[in-house]
Amino acid sequence: MTAYALHPQVGLRDEQFGALAYHYGNRRLTFLNDARLVTVVRSAADYDDVDAALDAAGVPVESRPAYATALARLAQAEVLVARD
Amino acid sequence: MVDLEPTNADDVLADVLIEEISIDGMCGVY
Amino acid sequence: MRVTDRLARGLDAPICLTWELTYGCNLACVHCLSSSGRRDPRELTTSELFAVVDELAAMQVFYVNIGGGEPTLRPDFWELLDYCVEAKVGVKFSTNGSRITPAAAARVASTDYVDAQISIDGADAATNDAIRGDGSFALALAAMDHLADAGMRGFKVSVVVTRENLDQLDDFRSLADRFGAQLRLTRLRPSGRGADVWDRLHPTAEQQRQLYSWLIERPDVLTGDSFFHLSALGEPLPGLNLCGAGRVVCLIDPIGDVYACPFVLHEQFKAGSVRDAGGFTAVWRGSELFTSLREPDSPGACASCGSYDACRGGCMAAKFFTGLPLDGPDPECVHGHGEAALLAAASPRPLVGAGHSHRGGVFVPLTKRI
Repeated sequence: MTAYALHPQVGLRDEQFGALAYHYGNRRLTFLNDARLVTVVRSAADYDDVDAALDAAGVPVESRPAYATALARLAQAEVLVARD
Repeated sequence: MVDLEPTNADDVLADVLIEEISIDGMCGVY
Repeated sequence: MRVTDRLARGLDAPICLTWELTYGCNLACVHCLSSSGRRDPRELTTSELFAVVDELAAMQVFYVNIGGGEPTLRPDFWELLDYCVEAKVGVKFSTNGSRITPAAAARVASTDYVDAQISIDGADAATNDAIRGDGSFALALAAMDHLADAGMRGFKVSVVVTRENLDQLDDFRSLADRFGAQLRLTRLRPSGRGADVWDRLHPTAEQQRQLYSWLIERPDVLTGDSFFHLSALGEPLPGLNLCGAGRVVCLIDPIGDVYACPFVLHEQFKAGSVRDAGGFTAVWRGSELFTSLREPDSPGACASCGSYDACRGGCMAAKFFTGLPLDGPDPECVHGHGEAALLAAASPRPLVGAGHSHRGGVFVPLTKRI
């Protein structure tokens, strides 16, 4: 089961297009261009399985592999941390 | 529910969902 | 809508901004964009500085680029840095290196929230000091040494690219590598004292092509997106590739005036003052100037050129200070349309006063060795 949380050094700022995520440690700036993705990112720590987070955010089933890819990239960029 | 493997189309959508730039990548700041 | 189109329409808060703390400076660089030298008696007080930081924190501005003049000349400089860190506003400050002692370097190295940028304009003392003054290269290198010794990795070495230093790009790279620093190259604009030297110092067309090729092969070299006009030469350079002025960035000057960017310190590009009712927030969100900058760009004279999408007509400051219309080509347009426009131009260049420059060519000697 994959679970995530927002990285503690990341500031998340809502925008009309979604959100901006800025990592104060590595100074990387990431645009989150989708409101549901932002909801998943904000609420990730509340779910032990990211599928439940995607479900709660209303992400359609057929889009979930794409969202999963996006979340994995966010983890690589250290916007998210993977949890056990 | 069958687990779906990410396809090329999924990668393209993921590209749209997130975009990374350097904080230095904005003009008008010295 | 593409993200860049959204950003061109502006955001509720800047992503980052430049904040010049003082017009005072111990150097007198020939191209100074802010015509710095003498302090202005109307400078923001320490508590006014803190009030600005409070606003930036409330707006969730991620980081500020602090400069001047020489910002470390303000006695409350370090106090301000501490205040920003407390408020979780990241800081990168630009300095000529003069106050970066080993102790100061250790302070800078101690927190992720503070980054430093040392300015040089030549890879050797002769080239550098011709622009920045005798002893300025040695000063900058001493600062870099102290930062490296203090364990500060990845601080910035920032260079304004000119006709005179364009052959030194590899040397700049080596210099930055030597100190574990990141190289940053930025564009010379005809702003401030830059107006006086732009004709003789701005890169030639051939040099621009050389620079573009060099940058394309080194995406890890920072540019502050200042060469987006070169993206018309081929594959776009990394960055947003658009003018951020008044849209995602702006400038706060030492007396609290807010301008679209540091390269347009001119009445025409002044949006308001942080001392006005509503402070910085009201200026950012509601000023007439910024509202109009956030209107969609019209290509104007560039409409028939296939490169407009890539270059967006170039830099507003470069056009304004060379007397070119803002809805036409950049003076350094890679297709030569700017040069043609300059030859045909009826408009004189805007009058640029001496600003806060030291008077009578007084060059302040650097008396203290650190």
